[in-house]
Order: sequence, then structure tokens, then C-alpha cells
Amino acid sequence: MPKQEPAREHAENLPAWSLAAGAGERISIGVEWPERVTREWAWGGSTGKGVKVCILDSGVEVGHPLVGEIDQAVAFSRGGDEEEVELVVEDTEGDLCGHGTACAGIVRSLAPECSLISARVLGAGFKGSGPVLLGGLRWAVEQGFDVINMSLSTTKRQFAGLLHELADSAYFRRTVLVASAHNMPVESYPWRFSSVISVGSHEEPEPDTFFYNPAPPVEFFARGVGVEIAWLGGGKILSTGNSFATPHMSGICALIMAKHPELTPFQLKNVLYLTANNVGGGR
Amino acid sequence: MSDDLRAAVAAGALGSEESYRALLQSVVEVARAIFGARASSVFLFDEPSDELVFEAVAGEGAGELIGQRFPSSTGIAGWVLVTRQPLVVEELENDPRFAREAAESTGFVPKGLMAVPLLHEDEALGVLEVLDRPAKAAFSLAEMELLGLFANEAAIALHLLQKAREARAVLETEGGEAEAVARFAARLAKAEPERREAALQLLASLERLLANDGP
Repeated sequence: MPKQEPAREHAENLPAWSLAAGAGERISIGVEWPERVTREWAWGGSTGKGVKVCILDSGVEVGHPLVGEIDQAVAFSRGGDEEEVELVVEDTEGDLCGHGTACAGIVRSLAPECSLISARVLGAGFKGSGPVLLGGLRWAVEQGFDVINMSLSTTKRQFAGLLHELADSAYFRRTVLVASAHNMPVESYPWRFSSVISVGSHEEPEPDTFFYNPAPPVEFFARGVGVEIAWLGGGKILSTGNSFATPHMSGICALIMAKHPELTPFQLKNVLYLTANNVGGGR
Repeated sequence: MSDDLRAAVAAGALGSEESYRALLQSVVEVARAIFGARASSVFLFDEPSDELVFEAVAGEGAGELIGQRFPSSTGIAGWVLVTRQPLVVEELENDPRFAREAAESTGFVPKGLMAVPLLHEDEALGVLEVLDRPAKAAFSLAEMELLGLFANEAAIALHLLQKAREARAVLETEGGEAEAVARFAARLAKAEPERREAALQLLASLERLLANDGP
């Protein structure tokens, strides 16, 4: 799969701003869409194999039975300077609070053979957590992961511009950013950006049930109430929150992308729309 | 005169601090009552120490926990603060480690809790928790909405409380900016009408200057 530099692969043969007459045949899309996009076509038989899902969170507990193997774990921390962010190449501390392990477990439950990467940006204190989050996200986008799960948000306006740039950059590089929406009356990011897949909760018990929201900014609702999540120390617990709806959507994205690696985030959103329970997927 | 004015402003700031504390306390009392919960508390994020501090407690632990602190990104309150995402956790009694830590720090082990960040404008000010609502039925999103409404109220109260504390801190600083302003107000009150008029014009110019300098 040519995932390393997808943006360049696309940019080389195509004009950036216009298309000359007769050049239409140069734009060929690598996928035959069926007349009716079904769940069977979208992810039937898929296990998520080959897809890289990055959990941008508090780290992931090593060896948790609900998570299984982690292919890479890195951590980000504040440098000496307030604005400076340091990358720890091999994170051996696992999960500092349990949130990331819970998210990883949910992705694993839907996409059992996907590759999981942990990027720890939470847990080292609240102060300076904004630059650390940005540093972690920039790294994850540069790595060209297929999916980045962000069960978190920031309300800091000073970071909104940079987050927006990173979200757009991910979108153009074929990295899908899946982010938790806020059900509170505050401005927060990055879930409000249209280049990400934003996720709220529904109350249904099926892990693959999701709904398209015709009244954005929240685009999809996934399972987020009474979810059994992985808990530190190898256990599990019952929990509710958009934090856990988000990895359900990430898992479904991983399944689709494993079966259809050629899809762009734009096309993936279309597939999600067409297979949502309230559109075509439930019938 | 200057001292009197300062004392008056300080008294106002101190008085409001007490009112806002009472408001915050009433938010946790009502949250506990509405959810029929065993306890409810508000944690303030203390930026200088990067810690969460018990600021108001209703029910179990009331009176003993106020002022207790822990690192800002640990515990379930910590998750909620750093991710800014509301969260509900049930069946906590199944986790012996959590149970032990909770018992050591707060004296009782909750079976479940709801936690929501307290957000005001672009700041995360703290966390509101509701512990052990009766396990009647499965948790619903309607309860999450209700929790969000309480969080909004608590965030406003917490914001006012912080402002009142800042005001008091400024007034308590000897020779600080507030004292200079208070001294100016005292001289203005005693000045002749003509001089007073000129001073007010100057003050208006100063205000314009500061306004232009703003963000």
C-alpha cells in the first residue's frame, strides 16, 4: 500500500488548480463503487488488517487482554521551555490514567487485526498540555497513519488555528482524524472542523450501529453509553461518554480502509454516510 | 481617605467571595439532590501547582475534603479535565486498586461516578463530580445533558469565585496597582471642580489608550 507519501503520489500527475481540456482521463478513481453501497461491500469480511490506527491519548497499557499487541508506543512531554515539546521515541510507561487503554480496546474489539500505535499526549499534568497535544498530532499526521483517534478536545482558542491546519493537512494526506464532539455549550476543537469525522453518542447497545447527523457540526453518533471498556490492571468496567463513541467510529473506519485502501477521507465519509443505520445501513 | 476606600473595595471583594462559595456549595447540593446521589463535589484546577483541589462537597465527605489536592491529570477527575470530555464510570467496586485509593483519599468507595469538566470561555476551571446515583436503570444521555447544565452553572460560580480571589489578592498586595487606583479616586473626590474636570478628561484619554492597546 503506497501509504508513505500519499499526497505527493496524487499531486504529481495532476494540476493543482485546474484541469486542462481533454485531461479528464488522467483522473481515474481506483475503485468501482457499486450501484448501492452496502455494509457488506464496505467492510464485509474485513478485520482491519494492514490499517494503522493511532491512539492519541494517555498511552496504552502493555499486554491488556482487550487491547493485545501495540506496534509502536511514543510519548510527548513538555521540554524545558513552555512551548517546546519533546518526543520520547519508546514509551515504556504504558498508560498513566487508563483513558487511552479504554479507547484502544474499543478499536481492537471492532478491528481485531488492525495495527495499533500509542501516542501519549496526556497524563503529565494539565499545564502545557496544549503544545504537547499539538506536537503529538503533528507527529501522527507526519507518520501517515490511516486513522488517528482523538477522544479529547481543547477549548483554547490560541491552538484552534494550528489544529485546523493539522486537521486539513491530515485530510489531504489521506489520514482520517476521528474526534470526540462536545455535548456542552462551549467552543472546542478539533471536532468542529469539517475535515475531521466528529462523533457523539447514541444509546443503542450494538457496537456497529451508527447514525449520520443531518444537522452538523456533529457528523456521526456511535455507541457511547454503557460501554464495557478496558480498565487499568487488565480489567474492564462500564463507562459512558463521547470518548468511547469515538473509537467505535475509528474501528469502523479501520475496517472500511482495510478493504478499500484507495479511499480518500472524502470518499470514506461518503461510505459512512451511505452505510449509516438511518441512511442505508440499517435496512 | 485612601485607606478607607481600599478597605471598602476589599470588603466588597471579600463579601463576594463568600457569596460565590455559597453559590458553588448550592450547586453541588442541588446536583446531589436531583440525581439522588450519595455525594457531589467540585474540584478547582489550581494552575500554579498544577493540581485539582476540593472546593465544594455535598453529602459524603462534606466538611472534611475541602482543600484536599491531587495532581491535575490523575484520577477520573483528571481524565475529564485533560480530555475536556464528560464521563460516566460504573461498577468501580470491581477495581480493587481504585477502591483502595478512593478509600484512602476520601474515606468511601463509590460504586459509580459522573464527572464533567467545568469550562468557561476557553478555560478549563475544574471538574464537577456526582457519586453513586441510585443504580435504577441504565445510564441515559438525558442524565448527561442534565449534568452538563449543572456544569455550566458550577463553571460560572467557579469563575466568579476565582475573580473575587484575584481581586482580594491584588488589594492585599501593599503598594500594588489597586492601591494606586484607590489613591487616585480619593484625590479626585477632594479636587476642585475645574481640576476634577481636567483629571477626568485625562482619565478618558488614558482609557482610550488602554483600549487601543488591548487584544
